[in-house]
Amino acid sequence: MRFVLKKILTLAVTVLAISFIVFLAFSVIPGDPALMLLGGESDPAKVEALRQKMGLNDPVIVQYERWLAAFLRGDMGTSYKYSMPVTRLLADKVPITLALSAEAFLLMVVLSIPLGIYSAKHEGSAADRFLVVCNQVVMAIPPFFSGILITYLFGMLLHLFTPGGYVSFREDLGAFFAYLFFPALAIAIPKIAMAVKLLRSSVLTESKKDYVRTAYSRGNSTNSVLYGHVLKNALLPAVTFFGMAIADMIAGSIIIEQVFGIPGLGKTLLTSIGNRDYPVIEAIIVLIAVIVVASNVLVDILYQVLDPRIEID
Amino acid sequence: MFRFSFHAKDGKKNSYLTAGTVITILVLALILLGIVHAPYDTEAMNTSEKFAGFSLLHILGTDNFGRDVFSRVIVGAFTTLKIAAGTVAIGLLGGLVIGAAAGYFGGAADAVLMRINDTLFAFPSVLLALVIVSLFGSGTYNVIWALGIAFIPSFARMVRSEFLRYRESDFIAGARLQGAGSMRIMAVHIFPNTLPVLLSSVLIGFNNAVLAEAGLSYLGIGVQPPEPSLGRMLSEAQSYLMTAPLYAFGPGVMIILMVLGFSLLGEGVSKRVNG
Repeated sequence: MRFVLKKILTLAVTVLAISFIVFLAFSVIPGDPALMLLGGESDPAKVEALRQKMGLNDPVIVQYERWLAAFLRGDMGTSYKYSMPVTRLLADKVPITLALSAEAFLLMVVLSIPLGIYSAKHEGSAADRFLVVCNQVVMAIPPFFSGILITYLFGMLLHLFTPGGYVSFREDLGAFFAYLFFPALAIAIPKIAMAVKLLRSSVLTESKKDYVRTAYSRGNSTNSVLYGHVLKNALLPAVTFFGMAIADMIAGSIIIEQVFGIPGLGKTLLTSIGNRDYPVIEAIIVLIAVIVVASNVLVDILYQVLDPRIEID
Repeated sequence: MFRFSFHAKDGKKNSYLTAGTVITILVLALILLGIVHAPYDTEAMNTSEKFAGFSLLHILGTDNFGRDVFSRVIVGAFTTLKIAAGTVAIGLLGGLVIGAAAGYFGGAADAVLMRINDTLFAFPSVLLALVIVSLFGSGTYNVIWALGIAFIPSFARMVRSEFLRYRESDFIAGARLQGAGSMRIMAVHIFPNTLPVLLSSVLIGFNNAVLAEAGLSYLGIGVQPPEPSLGRMLSEAQSYLMTAPLYAFGPGVMIILMVLGFSLLGEGVSKRVNG
């Protein structure tokens, strides 16, 4: 329990640090937020009044405190471009990106574990060698290119989905998840390859240990040794990998959303970068940081539960 | 030290290193051809030859402006290689300084540096690069800096663990007894020992940098037109996927070959070093 509390404390400190760095970075760049809100050709007196009202003349640390307090209340500022609260702008985007990443994560776990075990179990067979070569090649394909290939193959040739035919989750939840399947696959593919490779080697390393020989000598079958003894230990490095993959999947979804025309956080981030809409960029970065750091903490806790011998501090 | 050989430490054939060398040499040869003499001018448009298929005249066909895709691919690959090299150089230098300081001195310096480092490390590098680009604007040089800074944490982590490994060893204690200062011990005594591991992570770094650069230029950040870039070509190819699906083939395969070559080389080297 102390461990969990400590982890949550680290989480808070890390997120705080990231948010401060991001806030600092965005407050030192050239460009006057007041001028941005009012438009280029505004009356200097008006701009100055707005600066005063927005508190832009206060020290950065005071501004940060105010920003943080507002952020914690769910107020992420006002978008320069759309002149609407960032919170309202992002409320519909967050679930989309989360759903996409979650679907990709699920695909990775569901596909990589059996493939990795199969590959290790049949080490040296034709199927295993094929998988090893496949993995290596697949890891070299950038997700956006596999996205394009998937669009062409499954979208245009086989008509399994309509490229660009995104359905909002408010309209039809089933169709929403169905449309996200192929984008999620594009994100998951390189991660599946890496996980299969990792699992294969960790099962093989684990199988050479003494306790495995002992288990065999007690008359266990290959399967009961594999599933009853080896797997428990061999899955541990995979859990770490899965945890670290969450961050990459969220980053991957930024690009994949562009490939498949999904209006999530990534698309919003890119449009905002194009528009120099700093409050939106800031909010998205901090949101993603929270998700990434929280998922890392979750993995650490899970790790502890799976293997109580490990002391993480 | 690392001595090149196509065999692993245990004398078995190191097929990773062999395949990686062959693919990388092929890629470098194509890039060299692009530097010395690309078959066509990369910006020469020819509207009568839009989306020509593969032929002896245009081995990878032509794009929406009738430009030769093969020429653009090999020239674009050079740009990608340059950006990757810059990225790895910045990441490596920054990582060396931070990692060496943290690993060698330990204590508070280590705690603070690694806390910051791990925070950044948890952050996906493409996202970090996007933040930096959004602060300083896009363009080739900004992308190199953005990716380079984003790559520092992973290098720092690796360098730190290497320096930590050697810090307490006897030959370092010996050097210290002879009166060698910290800087000298780090640069002359520890650094050369980290080279084999460093080499393999530099190669893996190249592989990641090529992927990241391709991703950013696909998003339209980075190399600006008309200079050819593999990622941007793919993003253009995507809008003509219905009418000219072959356009995507050239740039896509080039990226895969570059990444594959570097990743196989990196793994081959690490197999050679670690057995």
